[in-house]
Amino acid sequence: MLLQVENLTKHFAGLAALSAVSFEVRESEILAIVGPNGAGKSVLFGLISGLLRATSGRIFLQDEEITGLKPHLRACKGIARTFQTTALFDQLRVVDNLALGYRLRTKSGFWATLFHSPGWNKDKTKTTERVEETLDFIGLTEKAFHSVSVLSQLEQRRLSIGMAIIGEPQIVLLDEPTGGLVLQETELITDLIRKIHQAYGITVCLIEHKMRMVMGLAERIIVLNFGRVIAEGTPMDIGGNPQVVEAYLGEKYVA
Amino acid sequence: MAVKGFLREKSLYLLLVVFALVLPFLITDRYVFQIVIMGCLFSICTLSMNLILGYTGQVSLAHAGFFGIGSYSVALMTKEGVSFWLALPLASLLAAATGLLIGLPTLRTRGSYFAIATLCFGVIISVVAGNWIEVTGGYTGIVGIALPSPLFFPGIGPISFQTMVAQYYLVLAFLLLTLLVMHRLVYSLFGLGFMAIRNNEILAEAVGVNTFAGKLLSFVVANFFAGLAGGIYASLIGSISPSTASIDLTFNWLIYLLLGGAATLAGPILGAFVIPVILDQIQFLQGYRMIIFGILLIVVIIYFPRGIMGAISDLVRRARACYERGKGMKRAAAG
Repeated sequence: MLLQVENLTKHFAGLAALSAVSFEVRESEILAIVGPNGAGKSVLFGLISGLLRATSGRIFLQDEEITGLKPHLRACKGIARTFQTTALFDQLRVVDNLALGYRLRTKSGFWATLFHSPGWNKDKTKTTERVEETLDFIGLTEKAFHSVSVLSQLEQRRLSIGMAIIGEPQIVLLDEPTGGLVLQETELITDLIRKIHQAYGITVCLIEHKMRMVMGLAERIIVLNFGRVIAEGTPMDIGGNPQVVEAYLGEKYVA
Repeated sequence: MAVKGFLREKSLYLLLVVFALVLPFLITDRYVFQIVIMGCLFSICTLSMNLILGYTGQVSLAHAGFFGIGSYSVALMTKEGVSFWLALPLASLLAAATGLLIGLPTLRTRGSYFAIATLCFGVIISVVAGNWIEVTGGYTGIVGIALPSPLFFPGIGPISFQTMVAQYYLVLAFLLLTLLVMHRLVYSLFGLGFMAIRNNEILAEAVGVNTFAGKLLSFVVANFFAGLAGGIYASLIGSISPSTASIDLTFNWLIYLLLGGAATLAGPILGAFVIPVILDQIQFLQGYRMIIFGILLIVVIIYFPRGIMGAISDLVRRARACYERGKGMKRAAAG
């Protein structure tokens, strides 16, 4: 078991955003979390990545409890994430963004940097290699030295995924990776996600609205509604679950 | 191509250093020379302020306070007979350590709270300097601080710091040291973390940057160099008073930094040299001077938010784009 969530609850000023959510993510699978707006999907990612504090409940990464850990330490342990409103370092260039994604795998601190120690040189070479490799992987080699602010929506999305995987994480949490994209672009990103999974064997956990995309991509689906897990299973199970269809997918999907 | 550009940049740096080294032979006027020395000294202040404010994005308004800690420490220690060359690093370390103590609580706050907290600390330092009479001499301050003791260089013999030329080289050496440290920090993966904090703190945490530790380190290093500059100032000028730690100095440096170009390495130095000269040139405006300067400041901040260096790099980029376009057209015409 890679990631395990036990009875996770989050209250905002007394309002329950998540109530006693439990589930697990298996080694190298693609798991999708779906649910209507306000179901608590993004809150769940916030709790797993540590940017939000759980009201109660526990989180384990490879049987090690990480519930109280600071977000940057969770990132170092191998939990990478992207954000719903594509978050990038928009004052910096594409290469800098990727290098920052890899920074957690380097060891050079203040003194090593000041004196250009042998370790610093090694880190520098390794970072350059990984950045080049990832640029190629996400197809942004041409734009390497461009400022992030001039990238298209699709390119920004690709870059955010590149930043998440460059540090060789155990698991990536993708928060609506295709939100706001048109159909063609959605397919390109879906392909990229499949490619991450195949090429690097990274476990993927994603939040998605587009059911068709989820059905074709995910191996397992968890359905959240009003902060609770209402269904869990393969795309086939979920598609046929009347409770899910009623609560979330709506009549349109049945038809 | 990238390699070529890289070399060109290096030779430009080299040219500037050579210019700085021969400068004493070009300047004969003592007044101008004094301005150049103060320019170098204040460049150290603005460069270090740039690390925490420009690169890390945390508005520290206590910079003159740490400058004051450095200057008072060197003054008091050299009065007690400690060599300047021992007193200076100790004073810088004291400024850095104070920065650590102040940073631990204040850097947990965000945005303007940090600016307000550091502003208060800066004021406290100068108030303490004015009222702790037994130690600091109150508002009269400390006078008769010795010049740096002569340094013995093998092969050259002892070098004393009586002459302005020697003082200039002393300050220049420390400026280059500061610049080297800043350059190494800023152009590294480690230093990229500072810019990540400035740009998006939440994302920085998510990619594994320990934002609190980063801010703290940046603050401590900045204050080390503020203390260093203060220590040199005390020894070269020979007298200090609470105004050495006053908030006016902080705001002067802030203006040099913003007008010169924050988050660049050349900007703070440019600002520290050019702005005092401009202020000097509009001396004739007397009481209206600061009004005119204030308007100028607002105009620059609105139209050139990245200061003089930002405006220059925009111009260069536009010129290059124009040139490339011209070349493309020529090729198209030929084809």
